[in-house]
Order: sequence, then C-alpha cells, then structure tokens
Amino acid sequence: MGSEYAIVSATLVRATPLIFTGLAVAIAFRAGVLNIGAEGQFLAGATAATMCAGVAVAWPAAAQSAVALPIALAGGAVAGAAWAGVAAWLRRRFGVLEVISTIMLNFIALEAVAYLVHGPLQEPLHVYPQTPTLPPGLHLAKLVPGSRLHIGFGLAVAAAVAAWWMIRETASGFRLRAAGANPFAAASAGRIDVPAVTTRAFLVSGAVAGLAGAVEVTGVTYALYENISPGYGYTAIAVALLANLNPLAVIVSGVFFGALEAGAAGMQRDAGVPSVVVSAVEAAIILAILAVGAARTRWPALGARWSSRRSALRRPATSASA
Amino acid sequence: MVIAEVCTPAPGDERVRVSAPVTAFLEATVRTATPLLFAGLGETLVEQSGVINVGLEGIVIAGAFGGLVGATAGGVGAGFVAAAVGGAAMAAVFAVFATILRTDQIIAGTAVTLFGLGITGALYRWGFGPAGAALTIPTMGAMPIPGLDRVPVLGPALFDQPPVAYAAYLLVPALWWWSYRTYDGLALRAVGENPDAARVAGIAVRRVQFVAVIVGGVLGGVSGGTLVLAQVGTFAEGMSAGRGFIAIAIVALGRWNPIGAAVGAVIFGAASALQFLFQAMGWHAPYQLFLALPYVLTLVALAVAGAKGHGGAPAALGVTG
Repeated sequence: MGSEYAIVSATLVRATPLIFTGLAVAIAFRAGVLNIGAEGQFLAGATAATMCAGVAVAWPAAAQSAVALPIALAGGAVAGAAWAGVAAWLRRRFGVLEVISTIMLNFIALEAVAYLVHGPLQEPLHVYPQTPTLPPGLHLAKLVPGSRLHIGFGLAVAAAVAAWWMIRETASGFRLRAAGANPFAAASAGRIDVPAVTTRAFLVSGAVAGLAGAVEVTGVTYALYENISPGYGYTAIAVALLANLNPLAVIVSGVFFGALEAGAAGMQRDAGVPSVVVSAVEAAIILAILAVGAARTRWPALGARWSSRRSALRRPATSASA
Repeated sequence: MVIAEVCTPAPGDERVRVSAPVTAFLEATVRTATPLLFAGLGETLVEQSGVINVGLEGIVIAGAFGGLVGATAGGVGAGFVAAAVGGAAMAAVFAVFATILRTDQIIAGTAVTLFGLGITGALYRWGFGPAGAALTIPTMGAMPIPGLDRVPVLGPALFDQPPVAYAAYLLVPALWWWSYRTYDGLALRAVGENPDAARVAGIAVRRVQFVAVIVGGVLGGVSGGTLVLAQVGTFAEGMSAGRGFIAIAIVALGRWNPIGAAVGAVIFGAASALQFLFQAMGWHAPYQLFLALPYVLTLVALAVAGAKGHGGAPAALGVTG
C-alpha cells in the first residue's frame, strides 16, 4: 500500500470503466445523440454478464475461460445495446428526447438490479444483497500478475483505438460525423439516412457501455450488487467532453478521471475529503469546457480549432425542434 | 371519516398513516405530487420561454439542502426561504450558460445536475458530520382546513395537508392566468415560440429567459424544501431521487400548460402511492417495482406526448443561440 505501483494499478483499474463509458458517450455525441444513459447501459451489461457467467459456474475452468467468459462479455454488450435500443426506438418512433429517456432508463436499471440482487439472483445464503462470487475460471486474466490490473484495460484501449479508426477512416464513420455535425446537410446534400445512422450509433454506444459493465463484473467485482457503479455513466460525460469527443483522447481523459477518483477514494480515507466532491469537480470541468467553447465561438481570435466540434453537441433534429 | 394518526416512522421514511386504504392512497398521492408540482410548474415557465433545463434535478437537491440549512438556523419559514434561494442560485449557474453564454442547454443542464448532487453531498458531509448522521429538523405539520377536511374520501386527502400543499394548489390557477391572460405571460410564450419575432416586438428575449430560469429555480428549490421540511424531516444525499427529471416529463405530459402539469403531477403521485395501497390491501409485489413505476410511466408519457406530435411544445424549445 502506498507504493507507486499500487497507485498506478488503482488508477488504471478505475480508468477502465471510464474509458469504456466515455467512449460510449463520445460515439453517441459525435452522431448528435445525447446518450446520458451509459449508467443504465453499464448496469444492463453487468447484469447480463453475471447471468451468462452464472450458467457456467459448474463448468471446467478451461471451458469457463475459453467459452463462457467471451459469451458473458458479448452478452453484456448485447444487453447494453438493447437498453440503449429502448431510448433509440422512443427517439426514432416518437421523437422522445433521449436525454430524458436515457435518464429514466438509468433509474429503471438501478431498481431492476436492486430487485435481482435481493431476489432471484441473490447468493444462496441470502445474507448479502449480491450475486454469488464468480469462480476464478470466469475472471478476466490479470494484465500484470499479482496486481488488480486486468486485461479489461487493454480491451478498453483497443476499443478506443478501433472507434477512432472507424470514425476517422471508414465510410460509416464519415456518415456518423456528418449526421452529427449537420443532420440537414447530411440528409439533403449527402443523401445519408440520418435516423438510421443515429440509431446505429446509439446502439453501438449502448453496446460499449454494456461491455464496460461486463468487464467490471468479470474483471473487478466478480459479483453483481446495487452500487456496482459509483456513477461511471455520468462521469463518462465529463470524460468524453474533456477529450473533445475524440476516442483516442478518451483514453487520456479516462486515465485522468481514474486518477482523480482513485485519489478521491484515498483522500476520503486519509483526509476525510468526501468523494462526492469529485462529481462537483467533474461538473465544474464540463461547465469550464462549455464556457471556453462559448468564448471561442464569440471571440474567434482566441482560437477557432477548439470549437470545431461544437456543432456535434447541438441538439439533433427531432420533431420537438422541427 | 376519522383518521387515526398512529405512527411516524424513523427519519428517512415518508409519513405513513393508517386509515382507510383509499383515503390513505389519495393522501399519499397528493403528498407525493406536491413537490413534483412545484418543480413541474417552474419548469413549465422555463420551457414556455423556450429553454429546457435538465439541471432541475440539481436545483431540487439544492433546495432540499437549503431547506435543511435554513430550518436548522431559523425554523421552517427560514427553511423555505433558504430552499428558494438555494434553488435560484443553482438555476443562476444554468441561466448564465444557457441564456448568456448560449451553450448547449442539455449539456449545461446535465452539468448543473451533477454539480448540485455533488456539492450538496459534499457540503452535507462537511457541515453535518462525515457519516451524515441522521438529524431531525423542525417540520411543517398538517393544517386541516375546517369543514373541507370532513368531505368524505377526498377531504382528508386534499385538505389535511401542510400549508405548502395549499400554496401549490393556488399556484396552478394563478400561473395559468398569468401565462394566458396577461401581457407578461404572452411575452414569455412569444419568446418560446418565436424569439426573433419577440425581439422585433421589443421584448428582451434573453432577459425574459434568464428571469424564467431563475423563477423556475425558486419553484424547484421550494420543491426540494417541501421534501425536507414538510415530508421527510431530514436531508439525505441524492434525496431528490429523480424528481427533477420526472418534473420535466410532467411538463411534456401536461402539454406545457400549468393545469396540465398539475394533472401530470397527480398521475405520478398516484403511481408512487400505489405501493401504500398494495401494502394496505396486503397484496405482494417487489417494492422496487413501485419505485421503478414513475420512471416507466415517464417514458410512456413522453411516447404518448410524442405520438400526438409535440403539438403543445414551444416551437423554439431548446434551440441554442
């Protein structure tokens, strides 16, 4: 305890879900989808992964790590996409603002997890409100033997690099950027099916957040319980905005917030500084980024480059603003 | 009909009275609806001006915390004043970003919600002990209205409430009248429908929006104050529990009209109060189901409002710049 090594490990373990969820938010925001629901999608993914893994508890260890573990991760991604899909459908079919629907889905996911860990999925002794601990065969391998750092961190970095490449280099990435930057121009000049592109981005965003939940369960907690996420899905917004919605930069800002939160946990223990201060700090960072962006739009001499992506943050064309 | 006031459970629980199940259900409906109504009426004004403030959740919790501080220092009255000030202060942060800097309203609102939840949690632990020891503060008791509270079934539900509930009842027709029958109300709605036309007509668009956000913040703060001072009797981190977001749904459900907002608040109050009815009837269902019900209902309500084509929404709602 206290060694530099432990601090780095704690930071990167904490950064892993933040990189995933920050990436989820960045992908959605780039497409003009204000997905505030990474929290609920994370919980859906964690729940699905727990249930998938639960089927395999009695399997031989080799089969667990070779077959059940990948299925659990995939199950988490699918569940996250499905949870986001509810909001995507409500947006596309009824023009419901995804900001509100995803927040509602966050609360519903929280209650659903509470019900499951007090009811059908509770550990057999019915003492603790959590699922039974997963056997070692269903744990993600450690990146550094003997530390808490698991290969989920590598997965998060790989996902961020893949998303960066997709958005930058592929045709579907271009359509996503175009739909987010200016949906009207994308539809009229680019003949892009904007609702289809934004729905797809919403689902991918949900899948990434769901994967975050699956990785957290199989890499860190080894069980599902109510407070498995201390608000990763909300911190994710600050992570994505600080990264200027760039997936590569999300890795850096995810590690930054990971250090902040890992440090806050230590400060609470050592100095009595409450860790809730962190969410106020995160909010202040979001507001500072907004203020800087607004200033640079008004006074372009301050530097035009930063505000280039502000258009992606404008509200998308739903029937409410049509 | 006589109500037997039997018990007041531990702080943190809402007041439960033992009485005829239907009356208890209606009473719980009105009690749950009251804070939602304050926040919903405030947000109705804000959205009529063309601004959507998803920071309302942070405003409600700031009001709740203000209520705690005020009541600890100077009793219930000071509590409500401090709640209003707390809500207005949090709203002012949003107003600066939304109406002066003209940044994206949704992101600014999300930040204000995070900020409100974080700063109140931090201040609470800092000011009231590291574990947030349960403390009891002076609360506003029920003030039955003689005569009306004897009306069968509805009387005890509607007219045996704390005075702040009666203020909420009166605010509904008052705001409706102001909004639809006065010049200032017309100006407010003009700003939300067509800010350019309103500007040409000599209305100070940004100032109207700024003031609307602050007034909405006062009402959102009173909503949080009602929770602490008239219902729960203590503060807890995150005790707003999504009420700010539900209030935003109520505004859409109520078609951006104060009377519609009242109907919406009662519907949500009833959904939450169902758990008391189930308890009284001895029916069993997981309590998380009841906790999730208002959120599910919000989604349904927004889908229904959307299916109707958003006809009532101010045309310039949420438009940046």
